Amino acid sequence: MSSTARIERDNAWPEISFEERIGTAEFRIHEKAHITVNGDSCRGCTTRECVVACPANLFVPTSDGGILFNYENCFECGTCYLVCNKEGAISWTYPEGGYGIVFHRT
Amino acid sequence: MMTSPTQHDADIIVVGAGPAGSCAAIAAARAGKSVILIERGPFPGSKNMYGGVVYPRILDELVPSWWETMPVQRWVVKRSTMLLSDSGALNIDFRANSWGAPPYNGATAYRPDFDNWLANHAVEAGARLVCSTTVTGLLRDSNGRIQGVSTDRPDGDLHAPIVIACDGVNSFLAKQSGLYPHTDASNFTLGVKETLALPKHVIDERFGVRDNLGVDIEILGGTSGVNGGGFIYTNLDTIALGVVLKLPKLAAQQKRPEQIIAELKRHPAIAPLIEGAEVKEYSAHVIPEAGLDMMPTMVADGMLVAGDAAAMCLAAGIWLEGVNFAMASGMYAGQAAAEAIAKNDVSSRGLSGYTDRLEKSFVLRDHRKLRKVPHLVLSDRVQHKYPAFVAGVVERVFRVDNPHPKPGVRRIVREERKKAGIGLLDLLRDGWTGMRGFG
Repeated sequence: MSSTARIERDNAWPEISFEERIGTAEFRIHEKAHITVNGDSCRGCTTRECVVACPANLFVPTSDGGILFNYENCFECGTCYLVCNKEGAISWTYPEGGYGIVFHRT
Repeated sequence: MMTSPTQHDADIIVVGAGPAGSCAAIAAARAGKSVILIERGPFPGSKNMYGGVVYPRILDELVPSWWETMPVQRWVVKRSTMLLSDSGALNIDFRANSWGAPPYNGATAYRPDFDNWLANHAVEAGARLVCSTTVTGLLRDSNGRIQGVSTDRPDGDLHAPIVIACDGVNSFLAKQSGLYPHTDASNFTLGVKETLALPKHVIDERFGVRDNLGVDIEILGGTSGVNGGGFIYTNLDTIALGVVLKLPKLAAQQKRPEQIIAELKRHPAIAPLIEGAEVKEYSAHVIPEAGLDMMPTMVADGMLVAGDAAAMCLAAGIWLEGVNFAMASGMYAGQAAAEAIAKNDVSSRGLSGYTDRLEKSFVLRDHRKLRKVPHLVLSDRVQHKYPAFVAGVVERVFRVDNPHPKPGVRRIVREERKKAGIGLLDLLRDGWTGMRGFG
């Protein structure tokens, strides 16, 4: 995966892949998850706001109606817990000091 | 309330070394107080992202001649407001080359650079900067009085009679202390941004600027039907392009943030500006958008809240500011905290110098004056109907449709208004709200 991605001339969108996009940001990943998602709460959820809104695309619906979540490439923005309608589905903290997203040219 | 300084690690603990926290630390340290400034990132600014323009005039007080050392990308000398319809665009440009010379007005800057620079001033003023340390909660004594903070470091409790929470838009300290009870998603927007690389001379040519002068473009429309807006700012050899999206609308729209950026980039008015640019960095951050209506209580016994943690961002259409509000509120918090220590009263009464200063300064005066504007700008009519309406009117004014004679402007406005589905009363009401709001 290259750290940058070229935007082609003439309507060569749809754009760069999401993997390339997220690969442009630096994440210092801690072994411990700073956000956990309670799959039981998610199973009854039909609206799935997190799946659409998370800018890092970390919430992936599973075939059995649950949500697969990976904390590793998280911007720590707070969107998921703000849009979530299920009390207690997402427990959200910041990563350990020094870990997580590190911005450079933002 | 009496304090006993002997048990304390510092007079004042500032949580978060962003613009608010660093200014709080500078002000308090200059007043002779001992300050610990805690940052959870590996360096100040590493967690921070914004659109791209900072207005540092307020720094005249804390960092005289700040423009001589501040890490600037470009000085903004051109401001554009762009209204996008599906295929058209109305651009209103203003240029002031005087903004490109001292004492300057606004500048584009990378936040990791800017925040780091400002935090260094706090260190020079005598504050102790502790990075890579996440604050996990407030410490209280048996009477419930705030005594400092706990951190994720081993033996990481830090004691001080005053805590200034500059811990950003998610402020868990303000929430934990009960100052910030409501986290209604509709008060927040999500900002997503691409930092796009282009050679400097290409940026100069496309945006009509030279040297270290730059452009600020605010965009209404072009966010794929999600209430919000777009922006483009020029850095030296990159362009910051992004969108700001109202959270509940984004969640309801079934369109992902990066798709909305992609659509904006494809717009015929935008695509030629960014053609051939490489994505250097993709970033995201939440913005407290609702201004005064979402602000928490800012003073408690032993605690002050400043910056984004206090929802200080001003998102009022043509004015999109935040760093200056953060720096000012931080500075006032630092001054008020130092005063409270000096008079040995860290109760909310002893700390009330903070709110006095906020009320007297632009911080709350601007927010009060523009209270209704954030709602108006993000309202459905302004978002979904007015850009097409205005672009439609202008298109017909300029279209030469011979052999037909030119229609009267009043007729065009009436017809386009109806085509856009805007009631006359609604238009007048919004106009009135806008005029009063911007008054």
